[in-house]
Amino acid sequence: MTAPTEAPRQIVIVGASLAGLSAAHALRDVGYEGRIVLIGDENEPPYDRPPLSKQVLRGLYSAETSLPQRADLNATFRLGVGALGLDTLAHRIYLSDGTQIVYDRLLIATGTRARPWPNGAEAASSNVYTLRGHADAEHLARGLAGKPRRVLIIGGGFIGCEIASCCRDLGLDVTLAVRGALPLVHALGSVTAAFMRDVIRDRGVDLRLETEVARFQPDADSRVVAAILRNGQRIEADCVVAALGALRNTEWLAGAGLAVSPKGVRVDTHCRVLTATRAVVPDVFAAGDIAHWPSAIYGNRLLAVEHWGNAVAQAETAARNMVAGEAGLIPYDHLPDFWSQQFGLNIKLVGLPTGANQFAVVQGSLRDRRFIGVYGAQGRTVAAVSVDSARWLPAYRAAVAEATPFPPIVGALDQADIRPQPLARAVS
Amino acid sequence: MKVVVDLNRCQAYAQCIYAAPDHFALHGAEALVYDTAPDEAARAEIERAVQACPVRAITATSDVPALMPHKVGDR
Repeated sequence: MTAPTEAPRQIVIVGASLAGLSAAHALRDVGYEGRIVLIGDENEPPYDRPPLSKQVLRGLYSAETSLPQRADLNATFRLGVGALGLDTLAHRIYLSDGTQIVYDRLLIATGTRARPWPNGAEAASSNVYTLRGHADAEHLARGLAGKPRRVLIIGGGFIGCEIASCCRDLGLDVTLAVRGALPLVHALGSVTAAFMRDVIRDRGVDLRLETEVARFQPDADSRVVAAILRNGQRIEADCVVAALGALRNTEWLAGAGLAVSPKGVRVDTHCRVLTATRAVVPDVFAAGDIAHWPSAIYGNRLLAVEHWGNAVAQAETAARNMVAGEAGLIPYDHLPDFWSQQFGLNIKLVGLPTGANQFAVVQGSLRDRRFIGVYGAQGRTVAAVSVDSARWLPAYRAAVAEATPFPPIVGALDQADIRPQPLARAVS
Repeated sequence: MKVVVDLNRCQAYAQCIYAAPDHFALHGAEALVYDTAPDEAARAEIERAVQACPVRAITATSDVPALMPHKVGDR
């Protein structure tokens, strides 16, 4: 299929968060003057999520994290309204308030939601929390302000660890239950994950590894008072946070005939969505956490990332392509990057450590808690991590983007001895 | 006002903290925390922080569009 020949006059963006707002900004940046309608199922204008788990929980500054909007954005927001269905032949979206809206171009930017605690009755307890949205953060912040005797956090990913860090900053006792042998191992690999294990314990977190929570023990008011582990142990806790990762909000696309999976909606290199038979839908695009996209940098491997930087960059490319003709389409590619702040450390990563089997500290040292590490896979550099060394991380971007040989050059006069070490388990 | 910092870009030069000490701070050596919704009264300080950032990581807008019709800073 070719691109639509008519210039768009109504662009609808479903999902009014970082990707959706970034796309709207980009449309105005490239001179699009038609209508922009942003549809968001939350009742508030687009807001930034990273501060929620890093500072809002601690009560720092303001709980209000609305994103800046340019004054001449001139977009129509329909907030508190979700999308229920999509008909790509009629170019029509069915909304939760019973209305419909037609589009000349559509951007799917519905992102993710927190994976809930699997037992619905337990999840509904008033002291069991998840963290994804603004309302979640304010709810949990109130719970933490009530000085629980012990917070139990289930899940050793970034959100779980960042919440644990906030709890320690608030002087709360906290247990972090992690199913695997190390926290953060999927994102950071075993060497940096083992480093973080030690940091987390040093900062007073009761870190339980290879630990699975089987169920909660409620009191007469259905408030959780303890968790029972699979091994029968009991952990007393009067505040529980399920930090089990995210689920992509694709349900409303069921029946639209698109290539949808738990990794999101498939797009081509121009951010245009694909049908179940892999045909391009020329007027429907996707960006952000919901997009499952081919990366040229990584040999056209399909990526599904939940990163702030990807949401912004992919939305900008999608926006440009929404108003470009077939000849003007630009390909999307992006070196994944993200940051985390926890336990007073600034952790940043560039690239994709998936499949890496070697790791080398190239600057600083684990002992000093300040270093740059590089990940190798099949003799190539595939990612780099910095811990409190952000200023030097950009120097490794090119090496990652170009997959230069791993280990990096050794023996330079001004270079410390670099000793690659195996990663204990492949990062998935 | 509304403030957002691209923390992929931030390299902890900490110039924002000198420019607007009540609205930006480091947690540890380089983890930046900041005021996402400063009062309009802080506008001059926030604008100084935006301009002082050597990696242009800060975006801020006024809630009073007539006073500041364009966003300050680049992302």
